[in-house]
Amino acid sequence: MSEAVAHHQAVAGVYEPSLFGTYSKKIGMWLFLLSDSLTFGALLYAYSYGRISTPNWPTPFHSESIINATIMTAFLLTSSLTMVLAVNAAARGKTSALRGWLIATMICGTGFIVLHGREWGNLIAEGLTLPVFPSVPGHEASAEFANVSKLVPMFPATFFGLTGMHMLHVTIGVIYLGVVALRKKFIPVLLVLWAIGYFTIPAYSPFHYGVHVLLIGAVVCSVILWLRPKIYDSADVEVAGLYWHFVDLVWMFIFPLVYLMSTKIL
Amino acid sequence: MNDATQAALEQRVAEEQRHHGMKPFFYVWGALLLLTGIEVYLGYQNMEPLRMLTILMGLSILKAALIIAYFMHMKFEASTMKWLTMCSLVFCLTMMVVFFPDAFRLLHLGAAAR
Repeated sequence: MSEAVAHHQAVAGVYEPSLFGTYSKKIGMWLFLLSDSLTFGALLYAYSYGRISTPNWPTPFHSESIINATIMTAFLLTSSLTMVLAVNAAARGKTSALRGWLIATMICGTGFIVLHGREWGNLIAEGLTLPVFPSVPGHEASAEFANVSKLVPMFPATFFGLTGMHMLHVTIGVIYLGVVALRKKFIPVLLVLWAIGYFTIPAYSPFHYGVHVLLIGAVVCSVILWLRPKIYDSADVEVAGLYWHFVDLVWMFIFPLVYLMSTKIL
Repeated sequence: MNDATQAALEQRVAEEQRHHGMKPFFYVWGALLLLTGIEVYLGYQNMEPLRMLTILMGLSILKAALIIAYFMHMKFEASTMKWLTMCSLVFCLTMMVVFFPDAFRLLHLGAAAR
């Protein structure tokens, strides 16, 4: 296949054919993903380091958390399948199917974020928290979690750092797909979601401030669309798909390492 | 989109369709869900942590390989792309393992102090 592509490129363009037999946007995205995988690799290794070197490592995840995380995994895996269908629709020039599959992918991604946010909220309310998080009014820390944050501060630090970084990537992925699917129409949607989030999420929740990611995303996307107002083609959809599958791939390591290795077995 | 990009994309899609169609993507999705189910089952087995970690990471690597090969289309890319990207990734991630002996040292220090 690569020889055929290389030959075609040599004829079509004035530049010499790519060493990788594909177009530069895809190579650029792969290079970004390789560097990002090292970021997640470092975080996962840090978590594992703490897990190995701490004898009294907490196991706080009850069956409710595990069921929640399993549903989140199913959401991400399904979103990867819908993303593959979107890429296929784009390559065949089926615009309405493409938009539908991209929106289905975004819905699955949003479901993942909502479930993850609920999981974080429950853990914080029970007392598994970081010093930077404000305390939840009207909630006493459970006996189980009361000392975890003090005795094993590495657990909440690595847990919230790792899963928070991943949640940020999923959010950026949903925004990315939204722009590819809906272009300028997605900016007001983002702003409305930001306003709803900011005014409805209580001030003690970390998501009250975290929701500003949507506002920053809206500004960045506006600038990008203003600088380069074009119709996104099938190559752009494929490159966006690579990013989305990467986010799914990283979760395949976080889920067993963070949740299943810290399951509370009664 | 320029001609070369279009040609590369069409070649890749044609390659996929010629050999596989869309069915394998559904099989891969099913396999990923099945492997996730197995992982959750193992999570509730009272296994020694190191043994469980080895099995879970093995399954995760298998899942990652399926995602990279099929969903990210690496299986259909040129061999230069496959080898260069995957070898550099595996090499860099393997280098990070150098920190683990220190984690075991800390664990043994803690046991000695007790």
